[in-house]
Amino acid sequence: MKKFHIGILLAFAIALALVACGGSGGAATEAAAQPFRVAIVSPSASNDLAFSQSMFDAVKAIQAEEGEANFEVAITDNTFVVEDAAAAIRDYASQGYDLVIAHGSQYGGSLQEIAPDFPETAFAWGTAGDTFGLDNVYAYEAASDEGGYVMGVMAGALTQSNTIGVVGPIEVGDAKLYVDGFVLGVAAQNPDASVNVNYIGSFSDVALASEAAQAQQAAGADMMTGTAQMVVGAIGVANENGILWFGTQANQTSLAPDIVVASQVYHWEVILREIISNVRAGKLGGESYKIGLANGGEVIEFNDGYALPADVLTLGNETIDGIKNGTITYTLP
Amino acid sequence: MGLSDLFSASVLIGIATSGIRLATSYLYAAIGETFSQRSGVLNLGVDGIMLLGAFGSYYVVLTTGSQGLALAAALLIGMILGLFMAFVSVTLKAEQGISGIGLYLFGFGMSDLLYQKLVGTPRPIAGFPKLPIPLLSDIPVIGPILFQHNLLTYGAFLLVPVAAFILNKTTLGLQIRAVGQNPEAADSLGISVTRIRYMTVIAGSTLAGIAGASLSIALLNIFQQNLTNGQGFIAVALVYFGAWRPTGVLAGALLYGLIAALVLAGNTLGLIPRSVSDIAAMMPAIITILALVVTVSRVREPAALTKPYGRGE
Repeated sequence: MKKFHIGILLAFAIALALVACGGSGGAATEAAAQPFRVAIVSPSASNDLAFSQSMFDAVKAIQAEEGEANFEVAITDNTFVVEDAAAAIRDYASQGYDLVIAHGSQYGGSLQEIAPDFPETAFAWGTAGDTFGLDNVYAYEAASDEGGYVMGVMAGALTQSNTIGVVGPIEVGDAKLYVDGFVLGVAAQNPDASVNVNYIGSFSDVALASEAAQAQQAAGADMMTGTAQMVVGAIGVANENGILWFGTQANQTSLAPDIVVASQVYHWEVILREIISNVRAGKLGGESYKIGLANGGEVIEFNDGYALPADVLTLGNETIDGIKNGTITYTLP
Repeated sequence: MGLSDLFSASVLIGIATSGIRLATSYLYAAIGETFSQRSGVLNLGVDGIMLLGAFGSYYVVLTTGSQGLALAAALLIGMILGLFMAFVSVTLKAEQGISGIGLYLFGFGMSDLLYQKLVGTPRPIAGFPKLPIPLLSDIPVIGPILFQHNLLTYGAFLLVPVAAFILNKTTLGLQIRAVGQNPEAADSLGISVTRIRYMTVIAGSTLAGIAGASLSIALLNIFQQNLTNGQGFIAVALVYFGAWRPTGVLAGALLYGLIAALVLAGNTLGLIPRSVSDIAAMMPAIITILALVVTVSRVREPAALTKPYGRGE
């Protein structure tokens, strides 16, 4: 029976070592005197061209402004298991990080337990609107419906078949806001167009997202959009069939340079700067923030490689301005 | 949209075609697992092998552009991991369930680590193209459903009769079944239990490697963390569903794929209310499990499954 144990231990030791390696991506940078230390815990990869990357890029942007010596960043990504994320959050807090960002709405329950144990540490949690009444927790969310609305208006203007497809993950949070905004935008621009919304029930099933896009194509869609990290599967199908794609959460042009019309990109740095200056001034939480088109936290990035008709480009820009200055309003379901 | 839309020819053809594509990776993985289990070895590491096969072949296409080389890489990765699994579960006689989960964790972590270090951000590749079969692909209805797929999808379906033939009609198949049913008796007849089990575990793992490749370089043409999303575990369930027969596995994989495709079409056409779409998304798994419970009798399970063999033990 000794062999048996050795075998198991061998397999597990290697496996666990690798899982551990795979789990933590970045590294902290050395600094001389009292740098501001930020830690991010996120559910998917920090370079997923979607949700996690949006926060990672924002923190990196601030680091570039402040200099690596003054601004230290640590990241634990791929913690789709909430318990792992909770352990990482607690770990960073006990290491004395100034700001710990729990970048996943699913981390809320854990944070509610952890934050009171570390009253000297500031936490930021999103996407969420609730700070649990804790004075060391900031909440942040994105008005992703705003960009969704702009995309919907453009898709409504561009569609020839009057059929537009949406490949969504699960009808919650950020994804729901984006899709709801998109549907409203299409309806405002082109009441004759129908939007087929398919929530596939998963944030990570690339194969299912791919087949969902095939189903959208079979139903006649000539425009598509979708949100969450599994949409890479849908974008592949759109690309193969020449269906135009509207991206969100990150600039998705690189995935299909010929068919991506535009992407809604998050710039969390807009609100992170405010949070960080609050923390430096000693205010550790208790407020909720929202990024949108107006405060520059959401930016519509057009794909220069796609020849968007000038009138639709104008329409898109007018819609962006209308949302910014409040002349375009809508009611989310 | 009404129910009538679901029954239009183009939508039905779309569902059937989608079901066949979805069944592809399950078929490779589950047929491979069938060989392994028929000889008495439960390999729960299938999903990990699939992930490494998927990443390895993806990376070869990304760097060399050659789908052939990539497929060879997936084969090689599957073989090496199969050798490892066989060593742990046959030679070291480790508890099979635990060592399989260890192998899964290894494949999961390693594929993600390599992806993060070598590739980083999702990058599409040119995988195996669609290969419509001349004449046959022009047949109405059947043509688009069956004969307009990529090479690896055809391979998955051709594998079924080949596997059934090997298991049922050849001496090797008889030896595999004997070793899985009664290793002592097989041993006394001069069949090397160790040799047969090494063969089946390595063959099964090789097919799992191809299963992963069928996703990353034929159907999806991209890699991402946890690309398989647990397909390897469903493949193990499909072996039970198929009562350890390749044709049964085929039925299970098609059922699973077709229900998933039907749910997707129903969601897309608005036939499934949004409020229950998340539950509908679980239907393939739920129906497969129900069918498993209702139809499969445990009697057909290889008698020596999960039991390591040693002379005189």
